[in-house]
Amino acid sequence: MPAFVNQLPIGLSIGAVLLLIALGLTFTFGQMGVINMAHGSFIMAGAYTAYLIGDLLLALPAAFLVAGLMGLVLERAAIRHLYARPLDTLLLAWGVSLVLQQLARDLFGAPNVQVPAPAWLAGGIGILPYNRLFIMALAVAGVVAVWAYLTRTGLGRRTQAVVQNRRLAATSGIDTGRVDMLTFFIGSGLAGVAGVAVTLIGPVGPALGEVYIVDAFLVVVAGGLGQLRGAVLAAVGLGLLNSYAEFWSDASLAKVIVFAVIIAFLQIRPQGMFVLRSRVLT
Amino acid sequence: MRIPRPLVSAMLLLALTACGTDAESAAQSNEIKVGLLHSLSGTMAISEVTVRDAELLAIDEINKAGGVLGKKLVPVVEDGASDWPTFAEKATKLIRQDKVAAVFGGWTSASRKAMLPVFERHKALLWYPVQYEGLESSPYIFYTGATTNQQIIPGLDYLREQGKKRLFLVGSDYVFPRTANKIIKAYAAANGMEILGEEYTPLGHTEYSTLVNKVTQARPDAVFNTLNGDSNVAFFKQLKSAGATAESMPVLSVSIAEEEVTGIGVDNIAGHPVAWNYYQTTETPANEAFVQAYKAKYGQDKVTSDPMEAGYNAVYLWAEAVRKAGTTEVEAVRKAAPGIALERPEGLVTIDGENQHLYKTARIGVIQPDGLIKQVWDSGEPIKPDPYLKGYPWAAGLAGAK
Amino acid sequence: MNRPRGMPVLRSRVLTSIRRHVPFAAVAVVALVAAPLLLEPFRLGLLAKYLCYAIVALGIGLAWGKGGMLTLGQGVFFGLGGYSMAMYLKLTEAEGGLPDFMGWSGVEELPALWAPFANPVFALGMAVLGPVLLAVVLGTLVFRQRVRGAYFAILTQALAAAMVILLVGQQGLTGGTNGMTNFFELFGQDLADDSTQRGLYLVVASVLGLLYLGTRQLVESRYGRLLVAVRDGEDRVRFLGYDPALVKTVTFALSAGMAGLAGALFVPVVGIISPALLGIVPSLELVVAVAVGGRHALAGAVLGAVVMGYAKTAFSEQFADGWLYLQGALFILVMTLAPKGIAGLVGRLRNARAA
Repeated sequence: MPAFVNQLPIGLSIGAVLLLIALGLTFTFGQMGVINMAHGSFIMAGAYTAYLIGDLLLALPAAFLVAGLMGLVLERAAIRHLYARPLDTLLLAWGVSLVLQQLARDLFGAPNVQVPAPAWLAGGIGILPYNRLFIMALAVAGVVAVWAYLTRTGLGRRTQAVVQNRRLAATSGIDTGRVDMLTFFIGSGLAGVAGVAVTLIGPVGPALGEVYIVDAFLVVVAGGLGQLRGAVLAAVGLGLLNSYAEFWSDASLAKVIVFAVIIAFLQIRPQGMFVLRSRVLT
Repeated sequence: MRIPRPLVSAMLLLALTACGTDAESAAQSNEIKVGLLHSLSGTMAISEVTVRDAELLAIDEINKAGGVLGKKLVPVVEDGASDWPTFAEKATKLIRQDKVAAVFGGWTSASRKAMLPVFERHKALLWYPVQYEGLESSPYIFYTGATTNQQIIPGLDYLREQGKKRLFLVGSDYVFPRTANKIIKAYAAANGMEILGEEYTPLGHTEYSTLVNKVTQARPDAVFNTLNGDSNVAFFKQLKSAGATAESMPVLSVSIAEEEVTGIGVDNIAGHPVAWNYYQTTETPANEAFVQAYKAKYGQDKVTSDPMEAGYNAVYLWAEAVRKAGTTEVEAVRKAAPGIALERPEGLVTIDGENQHLYKTARIGVIQPDGLIKQVWDSGEPIKPDPYLKGYPWAAGLAGAK
Repeated sequence: MNRPRGMPVLRSRVLTSIRRHVPFAAVAVVALVAAPLLLEPFRLGLLAKYLCYAIVALGIGLAWGKGGMLTLGQGVFFGLGGYSMAMYLKLTEAEGGLPDFMGWSGVEELPALWAPFANPVFALGMAVLGPVLLAVVLGTLVFRQRVRGAYFAILTQALAAAMVILLVGQQGLTGGTNGMTNFFELFGQDLADDSTQRGLYLVVASVLGLLYLGTRQLVESRYGRLLVAVRDGEDRVRFLGYDPALVKTVTFALSAGMAGLAGALFVPVVGIISPALLGIVPSLELVVAVAVGGRHALAGAVLGAVVMGYAKTAFSEQFADGWLYLQGALFILVMTLAPKGIAGLVGRLRNARAA
């Protein structure tokens, strides 16, 4: 098969990784307008959970819990006091991520640790190894789960109500504090799941979060505030763009191209692909 | 009179900035201060902390054996924080404020380049312990790691002997890989080898599926890998899951030592060759003692690697030069150093008088399932250091302006 | 009371105006006279470095504190200024030849981009105008489209990431990861000389002082009030017939220019410029410094940069590992307990005493 045809599934699989790391972020960012710079640290926490547990499938729910609880604590202890100041939250979360990063260094040591891939993921179909397919499946499952939660459960619908108009939702008797907590729990938990997934392809070390955080942000920005379909399209689009840009130029240039395309794209759609319609003024 | 508060705070701040200036306690005549300047925090800490540990071990051993010129060595440890300007700043501090006799430090070329003007300006000594890209020989730096003709070129000789004629070059985007690849291309042109591709990725890059696709499509006999740090983990994981094996397509690495193998995962890298001057398994009497002492001091699970050994050697070589000179005075030490030859863990090393590098034996090793590296080839005798590759006709013009 | 009514008012106005400048004058005297006398050259050099960062912080204070634009990519502008200066320094040393790093990067003739930087006026001009131009282009593009808040923050952060990759990738032009170092002289003065460094310190301190006064004047003008209004209610300002995008672009460009100038001063002071100085982390660290100092007061921004710069040096000399903890913890505390930073605390203390 010609190499450039191979780039198509490769692009999709890069997109799947992007989607998985951005899914939790789009949840917290979109639902609460909170830029969670600590998202990267939750991904890292998920990866270290996988390292401690050693079994991929068991690690998935465990990482969800660990990262989710960390997110919950962060929300309750600090972020909820700052909802009126979203930019401050960003910086606060960055402070948290610095502490978590150093903590990981002290707990697990500075060198990368080894998370062996399970034997059943050895091999692959065509250009795509099984572990990439596994990540793609995981991303799809994540999206479906989030979608089902938002549209098929009462809690999810309440969450959406809060996003669309927080005050109105509060007036109609929704406990917005509880919704926020839950949103943060799920969003951070998804970061943990992403953390388990990336152990299959990349290094596991204290700086793991930094590697992925900027890409995750770009997906959310391009996709639009808290828009699930936006995140999916943006992740796949950026994955393909990355794959072909790198194929025809090189990895460094590809990153610069991706950034330029996003700036250009925001000229056409300043709020990302999908905009949440709201009558609320700034 | 009321003093305006901002004035008070400004004075306070000034006082704070000034403190530490009185650090030069009266020079105690029975001590010699030496500086150790490595990244203890940030991305490079992983590698550099081990070198610092090896240097501290050497200082300990020298002190136990009676010190140098009857004086004890006192290490002053500073953190370069994986940030090149910080290296320059801390080097200045060590020289000007602590007045150290010599500094052992650095890992990345960027940190060395940042420190170079500081040492040249203050006429102080830096001992740099890591293999690097060559094309440099500062009168105030001693290079105890390999230059290109002691690592890259032997690596190529080995691949050629193995019949690997078609190479793919993969590297992180910075000075060492780019310079190394220039040399490799010139070597290939002169030796009838073919370069199928040359790819660079940003430092810290972890998405290698496209690159792996390019490499596997090109079907090279071997890959010459100058990736650095975390990128190696992602590259080897993704290469392995794409089905490439060490038998079908060996990847020769020049930046992966014993330390890094665990993080990459032995499963992912076992069987691939690396090029260095020293392995933990190198069989010399000095190495047996070194490995034993290192493990006794830092833990039985620790491994020793080439840059650690080079840092360990640096302290001994400097101490020997000081003994020979009879003083720690920089110019005298520089004069005394050429020709000093010591039996070290890697075998005999000699300081070259012309460029202040070491004669070193090149060794190719293969990574074993236990994470250690087994030597499969060596250059037989120590190779004369040639940072500008003057002795290689095919490399004419590579050295650039100098 | 039969004193003429106008007099006390006038007198008090003059007094207030004098009193307002007393703190500034006091700090200026300490900085320009006491510091060079009291500090040994190495420490004075460090202070000069912090003051360079303080200039960037001043710009962040203006853009973020007054204008509400959280810029996480200020390092980019700092870097453009620094690289312009470094190019000039390298070219004067090369004396018609090639800068050292081009030799080992395989560049054989001087790239066209470099040639004009042999002229100091051009180089210094570009150090400021380059960042201003980039900020105007970027600002026009994003502010016109009403990209703001978090979006803007993330875009500037991505800009910093992209810039680093670009600089590292163009090794022949920029020196790659190493950046540029090994500078010998500036305008004929030996950079290794302590007196040159003292002179540079005085230049940096004066530039900072002048910029501070200028920025303060600007903030107190009509434009400054408009800027704060844009921060607090962009739509409302638009409804009133102003163009918030223009106000923001101008402010962003000013802060970029300051960062560029700071970068140009930084290079001869510190002796190196490299991509590591302008990526995501250094850009964020400066924002941290501004927040710690107090983003709403310009003096707070300056103070924050100096305090954090000093703290980083001191901490890494004592215990390196602690720095990340301290920085993170400080940040969490400032954001949750004292969002107005040190300046806010000082203000609160003063009010408490007055009450």
